[in-house]
Amino acid sequence: MRPLSIAFIILTLALLGYSTYQALLVAPTEQTMGDVQRIFYYHAPTAWVAGLCFFVNFLASIAYLWKRSPDMDALAVASAEVGVVFCTIVLITGPIWARPVWGIWWTWDARLTSTLVLWLIYVSYLILRRYATGGQTQVLAAAVAIFGFVDVPIVYMSIRWFRTQHPSPVIAGGENSGLDPAMWHAFLWNLVAFTCVGIVFVAARYRLQKMENLLEDTHARMALEGSTQ
Amino acid sequence: MSIKVMRATLLKDLRMEWRSKDAINSMLFFSLLVVVIFSFAFNPTAEQSRLIAGGLIWVAFLFAAVVALNQTWARELSNQVLDAYRVSPAPANALFLAKVLGNFLFVIVLEGLMAPLFVVFYQLRSVGPVWQLILIALFGTWALVVNGTFFAALSIRTRNREIMLPLILFPISIPALLAMVDSTTAILTGESVPDFWIKLLAVYDVVFTSVCLLLFESVLNAE
Repeated sequence: MRPLSIAFIILTLALLGYSTYQALLVAPTEQTMGDVQRIFYYHAPTAWVAGLCFFVNFLASIAYLWKRSPDMDALAVASAEVGVVFCTIVLITGPIWARPVWGIWWTWDARLTSTLVLWLIYVSYLILRRYATGGQTQVLAAAVAIFGFVDVPIVYMSIRWFRTQHPSPVIAGGENSGLDPAMWHAFLWNLVAFTCVGIVFVAARYRLQKMENLLEDTHARMALEGSTQ
Repeated sequence: MSIKVMRATLLKDLRMEWRSKDAINSMLFFSLLVVVIFSFAFNPTAEQSRLIAGGLIWVAFLFAAVVALNQTWARELSNQVLDAYRVSPAPANALFLAKVLGNFLFVIVLEGLMAPLFVVFYQLRSVGPVWQLILIALFGTWALVVNGTFFAALSIRTRNREIMLPLILFPISIPALLAMVDSTTAILTGESVPDFWIKLLAVYDVVFTSVCLLLFESVLNAE
């Protein structure tokens, strides 16, 4: 590993430690919800990272179809996988918060349902990648990735019309929304820390995929050279 | 040339279907089974069935459409027809549109034949404007079929062909399905206005038809 990567991983760990300290010990306890509100410091940043990953996946897929560079495909796989992991965390932390606050684990509200549909779309993307054969995988996967991302705003619009229960956006949501400055502090640190965690994961997965591609190419070349002898 | 290729492919598909009746028979029988099984599973009264009919009808048609969609490209694989198509100078989108139109016609015919059965079995009576149901059927069927034809072309390249299509098609189709079900229920119960859903379906159709046309050539030539 290059020293720069190691430095970035150490930085990420330090950030994660500091932001956890901020979220669990420094940030004030919420008046009505109590300590369970602190899950927000993990829930919202992971949702952001998941969204970011899916966006990167979309861009990488377009870039792949355009230039047909295997590296772009590797980036697409890496970001989709990490995005699904973070999206899963969002879907798990949400109900943990909702149970004490709403009294129910799950409700078919706009944001919850959209996130679930988003998760379903990208899981189907990963399934396709697993079952597609040979060199077609990348093109087929890129097509599905574009479909998936284009679908997201339509899903959100349709389900929003369907029903809404999720608390309206706390940040820039409306007149009565807004965080206490101390909460802002903890939230932003977590946002930065988790974004770095996402970058580290995607970078690691990207490297792994590139190695896999290299290995496959080498095997193919060896097989070809073997058959000509 | 596009129009010629399209017409030739479409006519060929229609003629094959007219002679074999493979797609329409399996779709008809399949959706009939869904109607019967749902009726046993929920045992609804007339009032309840009016509330759930929108969901029932579209789930039945969605499942049935998958049956036809899975056949649409599979028949081009024998004798390497698809490969021949790829080396020919005919535009890929003409082939795609012909396939979509063919499937669209099959599913619309299915809906026309099945609609009376639904009315009889579930004692349906429309409270809202019926002509909007036709609009929903046209837009909704196009939404299912355009994406379905695209993903069918994609899933014949995978190891588990028949299973792959619904796995990709259903998640992407959720907003369209929601719009179809909710607008149909709105008309059947007369409790709300389906205008928003019809507009959403129109937007969905335009957006995904464009995406399909943009990407189909890459998928057809994927190697």
